[in-house]
Amino acid sequence: MAEVLERVTKIIVDRLGVEESEVKLEASFKDDLGADSLDVVELVMELEDEFDMEISDDDAEKISTVGDAVNYIKAKQ
Amino acid sequence: MKLEGKIALVTGASRGIGKEIALGLARQGADVVVNYSGSKERANEVVAEIKELGRNAIAIQCNVANSDSVTNMVKETVDTFGRLDILVNNAGITRDNLIMRMKEDEWDDVINTNLKGVFLCTKAVTRPMMKQRSGRIINISSIVGVSGNPGQANYVAAKSGVIGLTKTTAKELSTRGITVNAIAPGFISTEMTDKLNDELKEQMLAQIPLARFGEPSDIANVVVFLASDDSKYMTGQTLHVDGGMVM
Repeated sequence: MAEVLERVTKIIVDRLGVEESEVKLEASFKDDLGADSLDVVELVMELEDEFDMEISDDDAEKISTVGDAVNYIKAKQ
Repeated sequence: MKLEGKIALVTGASRGIGKEIALGLARQGADVVVNYSGSKERANEVVAEIKELGRNAIAIQCNVANSDSVTNMVKETVDTFGRLDILVNNAGITRDNLIMRMKEDEWDDVINTNLKGVFLCTKAVTRPMMKQRSGRIINISSIVGVSGNPGQANYVAAKSGVIGLTKTTAKELSTRGITVNAIAPGFISTEMTDKLNDELKEQMLAQIPLARFGEPSDIANVVVFLASDDSKYMTGQTLHVDGGMVM
């Protein structure tokens, strides 16, 4: 389970150029990590590739924090 | 060649302006997906012509107004060629009538193919293009989308909508290396315009400063320009290719 967080964190650090220490479960992509709407869309696309899953537009809209993403992936795996 | 190694998807490419666009892109080195709705044989002929030019091409049947079909078409394109660099939204239909006489389904059919179709194809290609950090989207609008035209309320509304859609798509995707521009053709000699009566054609000719109707290649040449690096500092624009009809 920790592995999911680790892989998600790496993608967020690469994509958004933030420090690993900033990537907390409660951190909001837009409010805390400086992502714009398009960045979030791209993050979701990368998560899909990384975890080999499809995230529907409806589900993607509900992912706004690091924890949302991690929980979504865990639930789907 | 300006488009060596590029992969292009042209909707409505079995005839008319779309066919010439597909061939024009291929002549500059692009491999082309020839989309068609009903004219399978003619689409296959275009594929054969492109292969004679030494480029690769496939034909894909798809009604651009159907979201699932569009998703599948783009997937097949990326599966076959590994990427997608150029989308030309060209597919279009007419169902002309005066507003007083226009039936609801005539309105809906034209809006669905000519406007919703552009949205669906654009949406489907954003994913591969965003990942590539590059792409060219070229929308074929119409000069009547700028000027208005009696008897074509549905077509004009759709083509005008395409110009607004072009600007918005350009702004949304600008930071990802994707440019989006439109072309507004004037009167181009194709099967679509052959249907018009001679009197109307005379009237139109009188309004064209360059005093002739355009050829499909006149549009294809501008598409090649917009698809190439030559236009890399342009986005959100609508180019009038109409012999000076609307200035």
